[in-house]
Amino acid sequence: MKQKTLFVVALALLLLGFALAVLFQTAEREGQDGGMTAHPEALVRMHAPVLGRPDAKVTIVEFIDPACGTCAALYPAVKEMLAQHPENLRLVLRYAPYHPGVDQVIALVEAARRQDRLWPALEALLATQERWTPNHRPDVEQARRVLAGIDLDMARLATDAADPAIAALIAQDAADARLLGVEKTPEFFVNGRPLPSFGLKQLETLVEDELARR
Amino acid sequence: MNVRTDNPLSAAWLLLFLAWLVAATATLSALFLGEIVGLPICSMCWYQRIVMFPLAIILPFGLFPDLDRRLIRCGLALAVPGLLLALYHHGIVSGIVPESVQPCRQGIPCSETVIRWFGFVTIPLLSIAAFTTLVALLGAALHRSRS
Repeated sequence: MKQKTLFVVALALLLLGFALAVLFQTAEREGQDGGMTAHPEALVRMHAPVLGRPDAKVTIVEFIDPACGTCAALYPAVKEMLAQHPENLRLVLRYAPYHPGVDQVIALVEAARRQDRLWPALEALLATQERWTPNHRPDVEQARRVLAGIDLDMARLATDAADPAIAALIAQDAADARLLGVEKTPEFFVNGRPLPSFGLKQLETLVEDELARR
Repeated sequence: MNVRTDNPLSAAWLLLFLAWLVAATATLSALFLGEIVGLPICSMCWYQRIVMFPLAIILPFGLFPDLDRRLIRCGLALAVPGLLLALYHHGIVSGIVPESVQPCRQGIPCSETVIRWFGFVTIPLLSIAAFTTLVALLGAALHRSRS
């Protein structure tokens, strides 16, 4: 049965090669820090919205896509962590406009910021995501309808959202996300450290770890 | 590991075996690039995966317990459309197929080149190479196994 031997040996070699490649690739990824060393300046910009005390000792930087389901699902958990450590933990928000068309929705959030309503606007959009993102396609008109329900000057919102400065801010965030190797959303950095692998538990562990320092 | 190639049956067996080797290598490579390296997978790539992955699974059934011509025919039924898809995909990447007829949506354009080895080797080109080899090997196997 030489043919059977040939087949089994070939299959074993293929699978071994695959396993080695996976191991090698995983080890290499763990050695990286998501572009942080090369581009530390890209993590936090002056324009980035901050939630929490400016002097907090631990900073979560979250790259968020308001149309991303996992972002919406994890957001309450991040808020909960902030509530647990009001003195020591803060959130810096960066945008990763990965769904085509979501940049227009982000522009609405940034326009709401000019009425001091950024967080209510963002939270309203995340909570009603399914309504304005049917089949993963952001619908800016539906998003506008959601925001009409949270006490905003809608005429001013429309004017502000068209401001090129806001488009520039979103473009800067998108460029920084690329520099830092943010490929999926949400992506978290805790005091500049990326998650070892994606998950809420990993985020909590990293935050606890940083809080325990000093 | 001496497989007799003088016998027409053995030659056909070996050709089918090589075809399986190509399909299995291509399948594992595609899974590696997509799942482990995390490259984006456009819709054209998915269509090619649809025909490549089954080849890696069904071809061994034509090798054992004895050479089965029907599985070679089955393999060709998958490999030929695969080759056409790969050629079309390469056409999109190299700009021969115009932008307007691109079937890709949802943020990952098929025209995007994510890998370029040695200056010219792209994933669609690798796909063409794999499917061409498969069609040739399977065609030869079918021919050699004619009794």
